[in-house]
Amino acid sequence: MTARIGVVTFPGTLDDRDTQRAVRLAGAEAVPLWHRDKDLKQVDAVVLPGGFSYGDYLRAGAISRFSPVMESVIDQAKAGMPVLGICNGFQVLTETHLLPGAMLRNNHLHFICRDQKLRVETDKTAWTADYEPGQEISIPLKNIDGRYVADERTLDMLEAEGRVAFRYLDMNPNGSLRDIAGITNEAGNVVGLMPHPEHAVEPLIGTGRTDGLGFFTSILKKLVDAR
Amino acid sequence: MARVVVDVMLKPEILDPQGQAVQRALPRLGFQGISDVRQGKRFELEVDGPVDDAALARIHEMAETFLANTVIEDFVVKVEAAEGSAGAQK
Repeated sequence: MTARIGVVTFPGTLDDRDTQRAVRLAGAEAVPLWHRDKDLKQVDAVVLPGGFSYGDYLRAGAISRFSPVMESVIDQAKAGMPVLGICNGFQVLTETHLLPGAMLRNNHLHFICRDQKLRVETDKTAWTADYEPGQEISIPLKNIDGRYVADERTLDMLEAEGRVAFRYLDMNPNGSLRDIAGITNEAGNVVGLMPHPEHAVEPLIGTGRTDGLGFFTSILKKLVDAR
Repeated sequence: MARVVVDVMLKPEILDPQGQAVQRALPRLGFQGISDVRQGKRFELEVDGPVDDAALARIHEMAETFLANTVIEDFVVKVEAAEGSAGAQK
């Protein structure tokens, strides 16, 4: 049986189609999920894609956090279901407190769009098992609210527990504390990152590399192993 | 009907580049002597019925769960009496 990966569409989501495509290229079935439905359609994992959910009014991700679909996603994530939040999805995950910290306007105040080099810091998450710790990848980054902040105690805790999942290399594009590009929860099933792996899954588009495909093959392997 | 104001500000230790951009523009515009600017949000809530302790408790809960993200922001809830006369601080 093919693994079923849900991809949520909120009003203002932009990258749901690219994410569905990445899921299919990895060999899974992409299941569209609608923000007003509580029903997760028996998916094995969920991706919250990038965009500007509910216009990012109030704060990035703040309104979508209270959508019907997120009630189910939060419950299931706490029960161990793998959830990946990319860019706006990462902002939603911090607003739900499934991941610690918060996302703020970039320190230079500009929207930024570039190929970004990252270091994958851990393979001990549901979404990074196909990478090596320390592996350097390049995937697109595009955001204006990408500055990750948390208090010193939380940052120290994340470092000590190996929960900084990705770090920016060469340049810090938005002022994120300790060059953090992505983090994971304690169990390793919930992961959030600002850059976009779903835009680097085919050699003909994006960076010309397929460095992002590992996210979607990782989750597939994890789900197959779990069966 | 009464008005309740919720002011939301980034915590003092959080970098506020928007406030800094405003502050840097001030001397250029001929406004001297402002050494720091921080930018926040103000919500004006028109409340049906009396603003009693129960109503204020609900607004406090609303501010804490939704209007402010308390990871990065502080908030203050103030009651404004009708027609702009001075209101009680809460």
